[in-house]
Amino acid sequence: MSDAKKFMFVNRKAPYGTIYALESLEVVLITAAFDQDVSLAFLDDGVYQLKKGQQTKGIETKNFSPAYRALEDYDVEKLYVEKEAMDARGLTEEDFIVDVTVLSRAEMGKLMDEQDVVLSF
Amino acid sequence: MLHIINQSPLNSSTLDTCLNTASGGDILLIEDAVYAATKGNAAEAKLRAANGKFKVHVLMPDLEARGLGDRMMDGISAVDYGGFVELVANSKNCQSWL
Amino acid sequence: MKFGIVVNEGPYQHQASDSAYLFAKAAIEKGHEVWRVFFYHDGVNNASRLTEPPQDDRHIVNRWAKLAEEHKVDLVVCVAAALRRGIKEENLAQGFRISGLGQLVESGIKCDRLVTFGD
Repeated sequence: MSDAKKFMFVNRKAPYGTIYALESLEVVLITAAFDQDVSLAFLDDGVYQLKKGQQTKGIETKNFSPAYRALEDYDVEKLYVEKEAMDARGLTEEDFIVDVTVLSRAEMGKLMDEQDVVLSF
Repeated sequence: MLHIINQSPLNSSTLDTCLNTASGGDILLIEDAVYAATKGNAAEAKLRAANGKFKVHVLMPDLEARGLGDRMMDGISAVDYGGFVELVANSKNCQSWL
Repeated sequence: MKFGIVVNEGPYQHQASDSAYLFAKAAIEKGHEVWRVFFYHDGVNNASRLTEPPQDDRHIVNRWAKLAEEHKVDLVVCVAAALRRGIKEENLAQGFRISGLGQLVESGIKCDRLVTFGD
């Protein structure tokens, strides 16, 4: 992993309204297969991607949220949620489908600075 | 780090999120984000307050296209596409706030 | 310096592809290398051979192809995103190729900078 780059995927969009969240997740899974240092950041409406209990039958769309739980199998374990974004949406860590690390804005900003590649969709 | 923003500040929280979250560096306003850098826009004060923590740049061809080439606020720098390239090249890393 | 570019939006609908093209052109003029442009999400529509803009408008698809031919830029269209949106070999414009998401990751690994244009 010494020559691996630090890739961060910044998610700021809610699921279903647009396809960005789903197609972003597809890139994350591929990146993990390249043995890179992968982390995911959830800011703004991106935190809604992680909400437990998504029921998509009524909109006839595939519920892709279980895939966040599968990230662990790909050794993607760095999932960061911005506290201010979570609070502003009335959510807590218990609302999420996976374990996450909650960071303050300042901590999130510092982490972004440390990345080699930051991708946002 | 170079932060690239492309959304109007009155239509999207992107600029606010960047200003609140990012730890500093350069900000480049492109596409509809250039409206933030115009005199009298509600975002002008925010950019003024962020000056120092960030160095703000605006992509002039986008500002001119929108009829606001003569309304750029003071204290920020205007760049063309070549300047955009230099900003990316001279920053350690970059992020498009989409 | 070696640049990678990502385009996430379709042509004409959104400025992203125009901004990306003008950035790429400026980078090449400054002596940099644009190693690969990766088209993802609706960005795959930039590779449709069936695109026919009015005569007095820019031809976004052909403009990318010309830049690629003159400066050896690798134009890659994501296969999964393309198939979802009906872009296949049979309607792929000249100068583009269809490949996997690994090509995007490779851009991040091999390029000095990766710049994304989207919504």
